[in-house]
Amino acid sequence: MAVAKEKRIILKYADARGYSNDLPCYLEHGGYDMLKKAVKSKPEDICEEVLKSGVRGRGGAGFPTGMKWKFLDRKSGKPIYLICNADESEPGTFKDRQIIYKDPHQLIEGMMISAYAIQAKQAFIYIRAEFFEGARILDRAIAEAKAKNLCGDNILGSGYSCEIVVHRGAGAYICGEETGLIESLEGKRPNPRIKPPYFPAVLGVYQCPTIVNNVETLCNVKHILEMGSDAFGQLGIPNNTGTRIWCVSGQVQKPGYFEFECGALTLGEMIYDVCGGLNPGRSLKAVIPGGSSAKVLRADERFTGTHKDGTDFDWGITDIPLDFDGPIAAGSMSGSGGIIVMDDSVDIVEALANINAFYAHESCGQCTPCREGSLWMRKITTRMCSGGAREEDSDLLVSVADQIEGRTICAFGEAAAWPTQSFVAKFKDEFIAKANQPAPDDDAEGPARLQLI
Amino acid sequence: MELSTDTLTKIDEVVARYPEKQSATLMVIHLIQDEKGCISDGAVEWIAERLEVEPVNIYEVVTFYPMIRREPWGKTHVRVCRTLPCALRGSYKTCRTLEEKLGVKEGHVSEDGDFSIEFMECLADCGKGPVVIVDEKTYEDVQGEAAEKFAELLKNHTLDKDRNFTSYEDGLAKPRKKTVASSKKGTGKK
Repeated sequence: MAVAKEKRIILKYADARGYSNDLPCYLEHGGYDMLKKAVKSKPEDICEEVLKSGVRGRGGAGFPTGMKWKFLDRKSGKPIYLICNADESEPGTFKDRQIIYKDPHQLIEGMMISAYAIQAKQAFIYIRAEFFEGARILDRAIAEAKAKNLCGDNILGSGYSCEIVVHRGAGAYICGEETGLIESLEGKRPNPRIKPPYFPAVLGVYQCPTIVNNVETLCNVKHILEMGSDAFGQLGIPNNTGTRIWCVSGQVQKPGYFEFECGALTLGEMIYDVCGGLNPGRSLKAVIPGGSSAKVLRADERFTGTHKDGTDFDWGITDIPLDFDGPIAAGSMSGSGGIIVMDDSVDIVEALANINAFYAHESCGQCTPCREGSLWMRKITTRMCSGGAREEDSDLLVSVADQIEGRTICAFGEAAAWPTQSFVAKFKDEFIAKANQPAPDDDAEGPARLQLI
Repeated sequence: MELSTDTLTKIDEVVARYPEKQSATLMVIHLIQDEKGCISDGAVEWIAERLEVEPVNIYEVVTFYPMIRREPWGKTHVRVCRTLPCALRGSYKTCRTLEEKLGVKEGHVSEDGDFSIEFMECLADCGKGPVVIVDEKTYEDVQGEAAEKFAELLKNHTLDKDRNFTSYEDGLAKPRKKTVASSKKGTGKK
């Protein structure tokens, strides 16, 4: 069977020849028509369309967006805020940057439709600070839109007003966690808040009801309105509607970002057909399917089980369907869509040591199990790579990881624990073998410098 | 602490955007850091007064976020991505090449103050690693021989002129018509 073709909806124009990120270009391509349609509709009708479309959040958790919107506390009478999470910081993910840099007005239109639908008083874009030009592009696009009355006061004469403010982070991964993001937006350390009671839809920014949605998710809202929820729901497969932008990185010949209908292809088709396969002479060793927090999949594993509908599945790694539920059924997750491919040249202990260094650096330090545990996991895996490993270290690692999972305020604890748990469980032989390897040679400059891959 | 009129104007604009002043903390920090290169104790107190919070509220933010500096980086600051996808494509080696050619270790500023290198976490451009950000421009696929050449150009301050290396930002399609606002407005360091 031929491999499915890309279905570019959100990235339809991003890489099109001659398409630029200014307002005149966007308007020539039918831009803001959906906002015009939206402000003539009832806000609750748009919310209903989003709910019916079945669209799930593209930031990582895959929670149904329409449901999230339904949780908004509308009884308190407090103002409602909309925040676009443009912190894009899950290692392996680089999709939102394509939208922000190349088609910013699509995001602004999606945001204004969403803001109108939930009747937000103000909207924010929380963008990671390393997107220097991205923030400028958004600022410029917002100014362009404002000048044409497409955001700001009395949008298109509808009587509805909403400003968008671009807010830059400052290099902290934890700001991608929605309650951490909210703290950061309030000008504080981004220590995540505990739920309950701090569900953003009830007690978000300034203790007001707040919706935090990913860049890609907000763009989807525009397309739901354009196609109608039924047609949108026809894209992809049940419970996994619409398209997804997958980001493939690591050791494939043609890495990149690709937009496909959910479930239109398997992981194997993505790696071997879309991305041109592995480098010459290499074989597949492992894949992390949803950003570095997702559990690793071993190339020779079998994934078996029963779907919710009662049918059985028995997959090899290449059979895993690329949607929300497939990677979950395989014991991992599609997360933010970041697929990291590793071939047989990779030292798996070094790969984990690299990941552990990331989480140790990024833990906010609020919860003891995560703050201490992530540091110990880094220390242990670093020691393994410096030639000081002991055979029992792999068990020690897992015991540290097990004591983080489920014992922290936010999901960072799981994100930090899952790589260690899965790497050690699936490649234990390599962890044991590492213990018996000599230390790397010192060079003229002194002790050998640690190189994690 | 003395700030330029331009920065002061921008700070006023930024603070006015938020329902609560404290929300402007990070944006004000960025503006001051763009001018001064870092956030001094004096800057912490100045921001606290401007946003009507206690200095400790600013200090705890300044000491948390990786991109906020207490001392300036070099005149040219080089960020190399360290995280797994870039590492799989050789970013450790790229970092080492840059360190050798520019004569400064990552996390430090060269003696003449010209260069600094930061080996930092994921820069969200993982498909074309190793990714290197020079000041505010993102360069992709900086590895192997290309990394040697890249470092050489960087050292000679001729990276901008070389056609072999086009940044992600410069590779974007240019806006086709005159746009409403200036593209240089608002954010980031010059």
